[in-house]
Order: sequence, then C-alpha cells, then structure tokens
Amino acid sequence: MIVRWALLLGGLVVAMAQLAHAAGGSMGLPKTIEAGSSFSIQTPGSGNASLYIIGIGQVLKRDVQLGQIVFFAAGSLFNAGHYLAVLAGDSSTETESFDVVPANKPSNLSFLAKPSRLPVGQPDGISGAVYVFDAYHNLISVPTPVSFELSSPSGTIQKRAAIAREGAAWAQMDSTALQGMDEFVVRAGDISSARVVGQVPGDPCGLKMTARQSGQQAVLVTDAVRDCNGNAVLDGTIVTFTETYNGSQSTIDEPLKHGIAQVTISAHNGAMFSVACGVAMGNQIRWEK
Amino acid sequence: MKKGHLFAALLGALTVVLILIGTEWPVPSAAAYAGGGGLLRSSSTPEETAANLVDEIRMQAWDKAYASLANKAQFTEDEFKRDITGYYPSLRTYATLESFEVTPLHESADEAEIRVKLHWSTVVGVSVSTRDLHMMRNGDHWEAEWPIVKEAVVPPQVIPVNYLRWDVIYRGPGDDWGIQDVEAPHVRIVDMHPVERAEGLVILGELLNEDVVPANVSVTATLLSKSQSPIATEGSFDKISHLLLPKQVTPFLIEFSNVTLSQVGSVRMVPTSSLVSASADPVIEIEDQQLNPAPGASLTGQLINQSGQIVNVAHVLGTFYDKTGQVVWVADEYIDRALLPQTPIPFEIHIPQDLASQVSSQRTVVATYSSGGSQ
Repeated sequence: MIVRWALLLGGLVVAMAQLAHAAGGSMGLPKTIEAGSSFSIQTPGSGNASLYIIGIGQVLKRDVQLGQIVFFAAGSLFNAGHYLAVLAGDSSTETESFDVVPANKPSNLSFLAKPSRLPVGQPDGISGAVYVFDAYHNLISVPTPVSFELSSPSGTIQKRAAIAREGAAWAQMDSTALQGMDEFVVRAGDISSARVVGQVPGDPCGLKMTARQSGQQAVLVTDAVRDCNGNAVLDGTIVTFTETYNGSQSTIDEPLKHGIAQVTISAHNGAMFSVACGVAMGNQIRWEK
Repeated sequence: MKKGHLFAALLGALTVVLILIGTEWPVPSAAAYAGGGGLLRSSSTPEETAANLVDEIRMQAWDKAYASLANKAQFTEDEFKRDITGYYPSLRTYATLESFEVTPLHESADEAEIRVKLHWSTVVGVSVSTRDLHMMRNGDHWEAEWPIVKEAVVPPQVIPVNYLRWDVIYRGPGDDWGIQDVEAPHVRIVDMHPVERAEGLVILGELLNEDVVPANVSVTATLLSKSQSPIATEGSFDKISHLLLPKQVTPFLIEFSNVTLSQVGSVRMVPTSSLVSASADPVIEIEDQQLNPAPGASLTGQLINQSGQIVNVAHVLGTFYDKTGQVVWVADEYIDRALLPQTPIPFEIHIPQDLASQVSSQRTVVATYSSGGSQ
C-alpha cells in the first residue's frame, strides 16, 4: 500500500515537472516582443533540434544546436499577434507561446474625412476618423494622443485633441460660413495626414430677378444668386423661370452662368413672371407693356 | 400503341390539309407580308382608301403609298417618308406601325375627311399619332391627300454654347483606402403620397437634388404590411427624370399592381444617387402649358429647344397638384420627333378622368437624350 502511494506521488511529481518544463519558459522567451524588434531565444539541453516560430501568416524555421542562443534580427517578426515557439528535438518537443505587440511609435495614419463636400454653416457637419499604425501597419493598441485641425477658407482654425484607444480616434468639426476648400489634418507623434473637404454654398437666399423688354419678348435676369451667407451659388445650378398668363404657363429651367441666370421668354401683357431655385422662391413681376 | 399511331397520322393529315388551305386561300395580311401582293382592299370608299394607304405605310411600301396620293405633286417621296419616320433620328425612326384606326369625320359624294389614328410601337411603348386625311373621288375610286408637315428648316448659323459640363474623376485602385472618393450627390424626397387606383397602389412624389453637382437618380419603394413585413418592392423605372442638375426637382411614380392601401402599414422609400458626368446643355423651354379640363383632360404645351444641338428623344413629365399643393398625379409623354433648335414641338399629357377635377396646378420637366451623349 505504501509502495503504491509512493509510486503515485512520484508519477505526479514527474508529470508536473514535465508540464512546468514545457510551459514554464525553459526556452527563455520573453512574454511580449515589440513588432519588428530583434530578440533571442536560449535553447535548453544539448543536441540538434529545429525551432519553429508560428504566427498569423508567418512561420520561421531555424536549425539550432541545443544549449545555444538563437538570435532573430530586427524585422524578423513584424505582424502583431499571438505566436507559438516549438522546439523539436530528437527525443522531445517543447512549446512556448508569446505575443508580438505593436510598436508604440505611430508611423502610419489612415484618415477618413467625411463628407468630401458639404454646405456651409453645418454644425458638426465634418467628421474625421483616424486609425494609428506602427511602421509595420499594426494598429497601435495603447492609448495614443492625436490632434485634429481644420483650416477653413476664412482662415479660422478648429482644433480638437483626442486619445486614440485601440488604435482609433475621431472628431467632429463645423463647416464655416465661407465656401471653399478646407484642409483637414490629423497628427499623431511627428506624423500627419491631410484631407480636403469642400464647403459649397447653401440654398439661394433672397433670389431676385428683373425683367426688360427685347422686341416682342421679355428678358428675365436674376441678380447674382447667393446663399444666406453671401456665397455665390455655383454655376450650373438650375433656376426655374415661370410665366403665367390667362391660365397658361411657360417654364424654362436655366442653369446659372457666371453667377446669374438669364432667359428670353415670350412677353404677354398682364403675364406674371416668377423665379425659383430648388426650394427657394424668388420675386414675382407683373408684365405690363 | 395503335391509338398513338392513329393520332399521329390524324395530326399529320390535318397539318397537310391546313397547309393546302393556307396556300390556296391565304389571309390577306399574310399574303401581303409574304410579298404576294398587297393587302389592298378596293378603293371604292374613302375608308378603304385610307386603310390601304396606312397598310402600305405599315409595310414601308413607300413608293406604292406615295403613288396612291392625290397631292403627291406637293412633295417628294422622300419628304413623304421623312414626314412619317422623322427627318432626324428619333423614337419614330425605329418604330413600327402596330395598328391603326380609321374614323370618317365627314363625307359627301366627292369629298370626305377621314381621321387615321396610328399606333406606333417604339422602344418606350406605344406612341399614338393622328392625321386627318382629305379624300377626293377620282372616277370610280378615292384618293387621299396626305397632310404633309414639312420639317422646319433651321438656317445655317453658329449658336455659341458655353454651359457648364461636369466631369468626374473617381478614386483610383492604387489610392490609400483612407482617401475619400467623390461624394455621391445629396438628394432628398420632398414629397411623397400614396394613391389607390383600380390597377393597384401608386406612390407619387418629388425628388430634389440639393447638391451642387449633377446626379443620376432613381427611387425605390418597399411596401410594408402592418406587421412590418415587406409586401413588394418596385422602382420608378422611367417615370422619373434620371438626370438631375443642381437644385433640379423631378417627379416620380412607382406602381404596385394588385396591392390595396388597406394592406399597407408603411412605405420605405430609398432614393439613390450617383455622381455622373453631365452637361447643362440643352435648355428646353416649355411654352404655353395649358391644363385642359375633362372630358379628355390633359396638359398641353410646346417644347422649344433653345440650344444648338438636336435633341433626339424628349421625355416630358408632368406633376399635378391639388389646391393644397399636394401631388395628385404624375404622367408623362415621350416626344417621338427630334427637337430641332428653336422649333416648337407640341406635347399632350393625359390626365386620368377621375383625377382631373382635383388638379389645380402643375409643373412640367423635360428629360432629353441626344445621340452622342446622355444629357
């Protein structure tokens, strides 16, 4: 009975020792390695063996002399993730795991700015999202300070500071009153990325036309069409002229050219001319010869 | 087995008999299409003469049709043909005459007025045109005078056109994924209204391009039941002006056949837009728009191409509103003639009889197509 107990306990001790040997870092591996950095592995024992480093999308194999240190140059392992080191000798196999973590220094930024075009005067109308990567395009998972900066055509600058968590940060900005191109820049460390956002005029405001006679016809001309912030509405925008007389109606959809729209239309005594652009209505003119 | 052989023999014999009958006494139209002479009836009445003429037009027997006319001295055969098929490429150029109706308007011993209604089959559906023929007795038969409409001649001139054109450069395959592509135009449904009709449910509305760039647009509607399960999904197809310039508004109409309003809990509308290259030219004036009351309620007017290029196909869309400004109907008409510069072309859009009394005002838009580029 005593012998049986002694054998059982002895077996357990040996098993635990082997388990500890297998999992307990006898290869001398660090628990984490920074992506792209050099590292070394101290192999235990003696004789010949093969060392495999297995990770996501990458496998390294080295023939090693057990008992010696195996060096891995900088850049050998660059994809962040969980790796397995397998030391396969003639008589035994050892396995250890470790993590390759992203470098802390930002080297690449992926910057998404939306929209690429929006009307002026939109609060929180512009959003920017940045993803911070190291030199090997691993998303940097430690908190990283970033700054957003939007320069508008009027010269005003909006700034937002943020912390990229799990590699991502975002901010919202206002579109300003002046049309033109904004420069939207994000910075992390000593690198930056820029996008261009177009601020376009809003709906026409105070649309007004005048009418004059030209032979048997009337020439209708708008004043320079502007939005409520004074920006010139872009050429090509459709302006609709309507003439109503005796229950009959004539319409022309005319695009703006050089900031104004002009049409020549048959003039009927007592006709009513009106003008509109999108949902914005303009003035009316009664035509009396 | 024997029954099968007997049946086959009977079928064979029947086929041979029918072939013999068809050869000996062919249907006139079949004989005509087979080149075995015309469909021609006798020309002893004005109606028969008019029908013969239209049959020859249908078979594109231009020489025979022209030869039968009483007033052929007034125009050439080519002008007669162009009057029917169009002087410039248009919907009519590629249309075939599907059917026709002959209606006597007035008849005396030697003269008659006959109205022929021609149903043309075009790529966008049936197009109907009407001609009133003056008929004259000539001995023992009648002859038709063709009411030729000669195409207006545009004098040689240079029309300077400096309208905007928008071209688009999209994101390239080598660009970083963070680089934004050109933004799709922002469009908005500004009105939407379901109408129950005998043939089903119709969704009417208007779509605005509120952006500063041209948009190619369409609208899709999904009917949801009261339990929010989808009933059907349909698109506006051609009942919309697909190209919208900045701040332009188009009506749309979406039809759901065999669906009643009581089945519908809600409607999910999805307007889609994409940025396209486009030109602000040509500009079409819509002149003399007139709402004509029932019976035969319609919107009539004239299109005038104010630009220098020929418009091959014009699509007129009318939006009809009630007194409160709500859309009550959307209807359209394709113009089967090319629009020449500065040349008025009439249009007529029919309004359903039962809705005509509700219509208080209207708005008309024109979509155009010119060969050599979508406009």
